[in-house]
Amino acid sequence: MDLLNAIVTLSNFVIVPAIAYGSQLALGALGVTLIYGILRFSNFAHGDTMAFGAMVTVLVTWWLQGLGVSLGPLPTALLALPVGIAVTALLVLTTDRMVYRFYREQKAAPVILVIVSMGVMFIMNGLVRFVIGPNDQRFADGSRFIISARDFKTLTGLNEGLAIKSTVVLTVVVAAIAVALLFWFLNKTRTGKSMRAFSDNEDLALLSGINPERVVMITWIIVAALATTAGVLYGLDKSFKPFTYFQLLLPIFASAIVGGLGSPLGAIAGGFVIAFSEVTFTYAFKKVAGYVLPENLEPDSLVQLLSTDYKFAVSFAILVIVLLFRPTGIFGGNTR
Amino acid sequence: MTTTLRDAFLFVLVFGLIVATGFLQSWNVALGILNMGLISAIMALGVNMQWGYAGLFNIGVMGFVALGGLGAVVVAMPPVTEAWAAAGLRIILALAVGAATIVGAIQGWKRLDAGRQRALITAAILIVGFFVFRWIFDPAVAAIEKINPAGTGYLGGLGLPILIAWPVGAVFAAGAAWVVGKTALGLRSDYLAIATLGIAEIIISILKNEDWLSRGVKNVIGIPRPVPYEIDLQNSETFVSRVTNWGLDPVASSSIIVKLGYSGLFLIVLLILLWLAQSALNSPWGRMMRAIRDNEVAAEAMGKDVTARHLQIFILGSAVCGLAGAMMTTLDGQLTPSSYQPLRFTFLVWVMVIVGGSGNNLGAVLGGFLIWFLWIMVEPIGLTVLEFATAGLADDSAIKDHLLNSAAHMRLLTMGLILLLVLRFSPRGLIPER
Repeated sequence: MDLLNAIVTLSNFVIVPAIAYGSQLALGALGVTLIYGILRFSNFAHGDTMAFGAMVTVLVTWWLQGLGVSLGPLPTALLALPVGIAVTALLVLTTDRMVYRFYREQKAAPVILVIVSMGVMFIMNGLVRFVIGPNDQRFADGSRFIISARDFKTLTGLNEGLAIKSTVVLTVVVAAIAVALLFWFLNKTRTGKSMRAFSDNEDLALLSGINPERVVMITWIIVAALATTAGVLYGLDKSFKPFTYFQLLLPIFASAIVGGLGSPLGAIAGGFVIAFSEVTFTYAFKKVAGYVLPENLEPDSLVQLLSTDYKFAVSFAILVIVLLFRPTGIFGGNTR
Repeated sequence: MTTTLRDAFLFVLVFGLIVATGFLQSWNVALGILNMGLISAIMALGVNMQWGYAGLFNIGVMGFVALGGLGAVVVAMPPVTEAWAAAGLRIILALAVGAATIVGAIQGWKRLDAGRQRALITAAILIVGFFVFRWIFDPAVAAIEKINPAGTGYLGGLGLPILIAWPVGAVFAAGAAWVVGKTALGLRSDYLAIATLGIAEIIISILKNEDWLSRGVKNVIGIPRPVPYEIDLQNSETFVSRVTNWGLDPVASSSIIVKLGYSGLFLIVLLILLWLAQSALNSPWGRMMRAIRDNEVAAEAMGKDVTARHLQIFILGSAVCGLAGAMMTTLDGQLTPSSYQPLRFTFLVWVMVIVGGSGNNLGAVLGGFLIWFLWIMVEPIGLTVLEFATAGLADDSAIKDHLLNSAAHMRLLTMGLILLLVLRFSPRGLIPER
């Protein structure tokens, strides 16, 4: 019984939240890794692209809620998501046309493109704050829990509850669908194959008659879809605040690099590695230890390896370790 | 127009803007812009050393600036003797154990033969060291933070004159830069960028959470000043009589005098640094740096130690940022860890360097003044523009209200726009490298 209680506690506070967070990071990291693979630079504006997509979705959600539209138990934001994706795609395509394309044609060094993306980041950040303000916004509706802690307790008779928020399940399901679609697209369709060819060897791809501008355009659209989805899921799960998206940049890049920049599979693996380590290292294991250990060994302290505010330090430490010992990442991504 | 004339004209223009603010708005605002402009110029000098001389992409400026601020607290605040008596030595012992663990692990990794055994031993050193560290550290922290948490609750500083804090802040930043550089400098430029971004976030979270060191989010206030207090000036009879003789208001002029005092100190530091930076850039060392930047392989083939030179310039540039950070904390008179935002302290400094002209020290300084002036002025200008644009709307219109309230966010938009425009149409900046 005690062991079961321990497992339930661990699931409730570590495993379930980490799976949700990991899916959100994986979606974000996929966007970063695609840009890196095709356009060959680290896009620092990605966090703010996520914020922008989420913001559009939030605005449309409010409008729908105002009209009285609802999906029942599901959040209305799902209905608004396609609009968010479309507007974000429009924004990033405009940005590419007005900003990035010039440097692509000049064959500018990647670091110049990174600095350019810093400028884009400023503009997007300012735009989001200008439209919706810097504060927390709530837009989640529908049912909050699939199963609440109290129901779980009465159902199983255990001391500890396992609460599963509907947003967590939603996050995992939507992320899985998005990833499945992406991999199907990359591996089965002609356009997807040309994208992979372009990423592997640009010159050879050009020789084979692949139109680079088309590949770039499709990449941006996919990235907009991934970023908006990730941003909306994160906002539903936690809350929408422009600044937190900027701060997600570090774990997202850590995920992409840990998995191997340029490798989509690696981005997903990296997302979960980072999420699980962040949550595990900052969780106070007192309760779990209390159930597992015999009574006289029960700890007095919180048994917390690091304070929650140091979660950045965890993703950073993993990043540094991977960079030092396996610079191409777990899945050996693009090394150029 | 010769290049020197053109540079001089640009500087005169920027100072003209500041002086115009003094005439049109108030001298207090103008001097405030000048003081922060001086500090920004020093930060831009530091980043320019790393990016302009050596092509190193450091976006952790915020962290080094904050460490400089910590230097100001550690040097100038009076020590909290009770806290030192309670657990001061224990904290130092804990930190020593922590450092010894890391050094031990690194040495173990280097000395032992590769294989599973090496990995296990290194991991064991780290894990055991971590728990020993926490075992010594946690009670000490609890003891220190228990002592008068509302007033102190931290170790305090050394109680030395604040001016000593400036070089100390630089040393703090240099130490952190050494650690970062040792681990991340061999990597590709965008990996270095992510690594520095990460270290900056970690430094800020340490300042926010380690209450025993920096009082965390409770902030350290009342850091001693290198210049007199306004109230002392107003109470001093000689000052009041002299100022009244000149026909000035004692209260207003006291704050201006104090600000001028800061400007003088900052200007001295800036001029010394600028002179040093210029001589370094024009020396064989500076030419070597630029050679390494332009072609690492060729420079290495000529027998230059690229990694060591990169580490050197990374430390130097970060130290300059730390110095600026200590000066800024001195000017504010307080350390508020939650006020450190990457957009303001890292990316804005980058805008200064790029707009001013990367690779040119004068350009970086000019960019520092100009961008800081715009950063301050965009808000009121944006408000005026929006007021004009929304003048046709009804006074109670929600859109008008929202737009006017959002004027503060015009800053980020404008800075991004300026950065993109300069990068596109004048990528070498206002005063390009020569």
